[in-house]
Amino acid sequence: MNKKTDTPAAGKKQRSLWQEAWRRFKKNKIAMVGLVFLLILIVIAISTQVIDLATHNQFYLSHVVKQNLKDRLQPPSAAHPFGLDEFGRDMLLRMLWGVRYSLFMGTLAIVVSCIIGGVLGAISGYYGKQIDNVIMRFMDILLAIPSMLLAIAIVAAFGTSLTNVLLAIAISYIPTFARTVRASVLTVKDQEFIEAARAIGCNDATIILQYILPNAMAPIIVQGTLGIAGAILSIAGLSFLGLGIQPPTPEWGAMLSNARTYIRDAWHVTVIPGLGIMLTILALNLMGDGLRDALDPRLKN
Amino acid sequence: MHKYIIKRLLMLIPVIIGVTFIVFFILNLSPGDPAAMILGDQATAEALAMKREELGLNDPMLVRYAHYMGGLLHGDMGVSYKNSISVWGQVVDRFPNTAILAVAAILVALLIGIPTGIISAKKQYSAMDNISMVLALIGVSMPVFWLGLLMVILFALKLGWLPSQGMGVGLGPMLKSLILPAITLGTSSAAVITRMTRSSMLEVIRQDYISTARAKGVDERTVTYRHMLKNALIPIITAVGLQFSHLLGGAMLTETVFSWPGLGRLMVDSIKSKDIPMVLGCVIFLAVMFTVVNLIVDIIYAFVDPRIKSLYRRGK
Amino acid sequence: MDDVLLDIKNLSICYSTEDGEVHALNNADLTLHRGESLGLVGETGAGKTTLARGVMRLIPNPPGKVVGGEIFYDGRDLLKLSEADMRRIRGREISMIFQDPMTSLNPVMTVGDQILEVINVHHPDLPRHEARKKAEEMMEMVGITSSRYEDYPHQFSGGMKQRVVIAIALACSPKMLIADEPTTALDVTIQAQVLEMIRDLKEKNNTSMLLITHDLGVVAQNCDRVAIIYSGEIVEYGTLHQIYKETLHPYTEGLFGSIPNLTSNIKRLAAIDGMMPDPTALPAGCKFADRCKYATDRCRTEHPRLLEREDGHKVRCIRYESSGEVTENG
Repeated sequence: MNKKTDTPAAGKKQRSLWQEAWRRFKKNKIAMVGLVFLLILIVIAISTQVIDLATHNQFYLSHVVKQNLKDRLQPPSAAHPFGLDEFGRDMLLRMLWGVRYSLFMGTLAIVVSCIIGGVLGAISGYYGKQIDNVIMRFMDILLAIPSMLLAIAIVAAFGTSLTNVLLAIAISYIPTFARTVRASVLTVKDQEFIEAARAIGCNDATIILQYILPNAMAPIIVQGTLGIAGAILSIAGLSFLGLGIQPPTPEWGAMLSNARTYIRDAWHVTVIPGLGIMLTILALNLMGDGLRDALDPRLKN
Repeated sequence: MHKYIIKRLLMLIPVIIGVTFIVFFILNLSPGDPAAMILGDQATAEALAMKREELGLNDPMLVRYAHYMGGLLHGDMGVSYKNSISVWGQVVDRFPNTAILAVAAILVALLIGIPTGIISAKKQYSAMDNISMVLALIGVSMPVFWLGLLMVILFALKLGWLPSQGMGVGLGPMLKSLILPAITLGTSSAAVITRMTRSSMLEVIRQDYISTARAKGVDERTVTYRHMLKNALIPIITAVGLQFSHLLGGAMLTETVFSWPGLGRLMVDSIKSKDIPMVLGCVIFLAVMFTVVNLIVDIIYAFVDPRIKSLYRRGK
Repeated sequence: MDDVLLDIKNLSICYSTEDGEVHALNNADLTLHRGESLGLVGETGAGKTTLARGVMRLIPNPPGKVVGGEIFYDGRDLLKLSEADMRRIRGREISMIFQDPMTSLNPVMTVGDQILEVINVHHPDLPRHEARKKAEEMMEMVGITSSRYEDYPHQFSGGMKQRVVIAIALACSPKMLIADEPTTALDVTIQAQVLEMIRDLKEKNNTSMLLITHDLGVVAQNCDRVAIIYSGEIVEYGTLHQIYKETLHPYTEGLFGSIPNLTSNIKRLAAIDGMMPDPTALPAGCKFADRCKYATDRCRTEHPRLLEREDGHKVRCIRYESSGEVTENG
């Protein structure tokens, strides 16, 4: 419980702060397991993308999407460790090809909402007064709409497409980031090093980007990691409802949606995609918890 | 206290206007032509124009919004594009089923989450604590629809104990058919509440006033409930309040898995058939319900936190 | 020895932390006589609060643990009592006032109910209205109007909160009061008031008191006997006169050197150089050796015992061991 005063953005100090955090993070074995699992997923996602580019989607079309009805719903075997799905496609390949949808779309949605929310929060916190009032009231209203309902409304209005799903998830996370950044800005705004920066003639943009934002990084990273987990769940949920990514794309939620029909005959088509989603979310949550403990030891119990 | 409640009620009005406007705005950006959807492909241009005029589609957005809100106050949400039945009637008909599911799920979450969190905190780092924290983490990470499917496979298909689809008629069968959906929907909330209760209790557990209470000779049970839990409750209530948002999303998924005849299913079906008024009615109704639930949570706050209570007590 | 109320023998308490075992209290011996006030003086981290919590058996476990010793209260070893028996002692026989009044009251309970609680716990047969009347009397006794019974702690100032804490502590007329730095967190003007009130109430009820402080001035005004604690050990114990006028231990000497004195003309206060040893790695010899101006090689290897002189004055220092005086104690 050693109280640590937040060090301002001064280059050297800042770096040692991150190094210190990494040192603490490394000690947390469970969080490291999450990190390693995620790194493996990232490698899979990139590899599948590379294969698609190299083979001009030929491999994807002939192995991941192409149906082979005579062998449908085969249980796991040596040749197909995860079995075959309802159209006779190899579940292992579909799972591998599905990684990128969950991971990249979840991350992209959060990056978008982090940028928009971050800018709104920074403006709100830095300028205060009327601007703050208007932005934050709007955020309150946005927050008052459950994210899934907002996503449903957007998808209902614009149709089910990858972009719309992404947009829906991104919008629903904006208030979270706006609030996080605003709170960080408020805590550092009136400290001396900001006044010093102003005194040497820095303009508002420089002050926000160089001095205030680095101080908001820790909570943003933690929120972001946990946000990606939430976003992946939402994307999978929407796809499961048939409102997100559409078959035959091997997105895990969409795979589950199809598998439902065969729940009596073949458990593996239901269990495997869900397990994939769960492990990904679990890894992100483990890492998010670990990051929170590492970046802000005061919060640790 | 009344003053506080009235103040919160007044604050609700701009939020409801904002929420309904955003939802109305988004759904009215829909590119489809409602008149064509109602009249079908064979309709003539004149017929379409007449229908548009009748639906008020030529008015500016704000006018249409005001019109819609005026109707809403009288329980009028327009009619379905699909079969011209009253949206309000459908929503009111389906809502109780969703409410039953949500309340049952929250009960499951509270009954599991709070005791587990308390025990975990009191026996920090014990085997029991470690196991419940791992389970809670898995619970948080579990996609609700997948959990539902696993439940169906195990309890309905393999063991045959409970029905997997629909809502039973009559109290007994209804409750029986409620068990699986309620556990499915409540699990992730239970996990979140467990984690929140634990961390909130741990904050309180080493406070000086706990030592004071023990130094008085108060027994451990009373220390735990009267002194620790009452103080830990405020963040727990926040967590419970936030869970309602997740529950609404989760309810749509759970209702789909278990064919539960609630608002969520109605909404999903309506989106698929592009029945915009029905979707709009469902979303607005649920969003308003959600703000009301938040208001109730805020009021419960005031009862638990004397800092708010005493502020308003004098102005009874 | 019938006038002895509390007799602590060889009490040792450890905390296990990530950095190792913290030896917070090591073989502490302490005697509190009936009706007397004993001042326990030491710097932050010396083990004062650990000792107090040890007597109440309120060491948070984990990480803390009593690893040895006995605490005789009225002839009974508190460490051997069942938890239920110990509860009957807490608040009724021995009460404790904690350091920070801002945090020692439950924020979600009215102050009246917090006083009432201790009365209800120890007098369960008392009718409701009588218990409440007693609680209100206690409020009046510490100078708070009983009309504030239904108020919450956040509506009180620090000094007022400490009065409430004192009311709780004295509500069941305990035989012994442990006051852990009861005034450190208060404004100077309030400090005097609160101390005076404690003194008055204590005298009225013939309560014994263990007063923990780092302020020698407070001790001089309130105590009959004084114990000096350093690095988890009692280094000197005696009457007020013995400690102040016949100071033996170099550490105590150093403490007096760091108090401003109005009568003598000193330009600069003498601070004791250095820091207390790391409680996870205590030195083998005298724990004060590194800071002691009289220290010899023998001090660093040989651990001095707490020796009692003929007049009851006890000291833990090798300089007095050679003179071979009387009984040894630990």
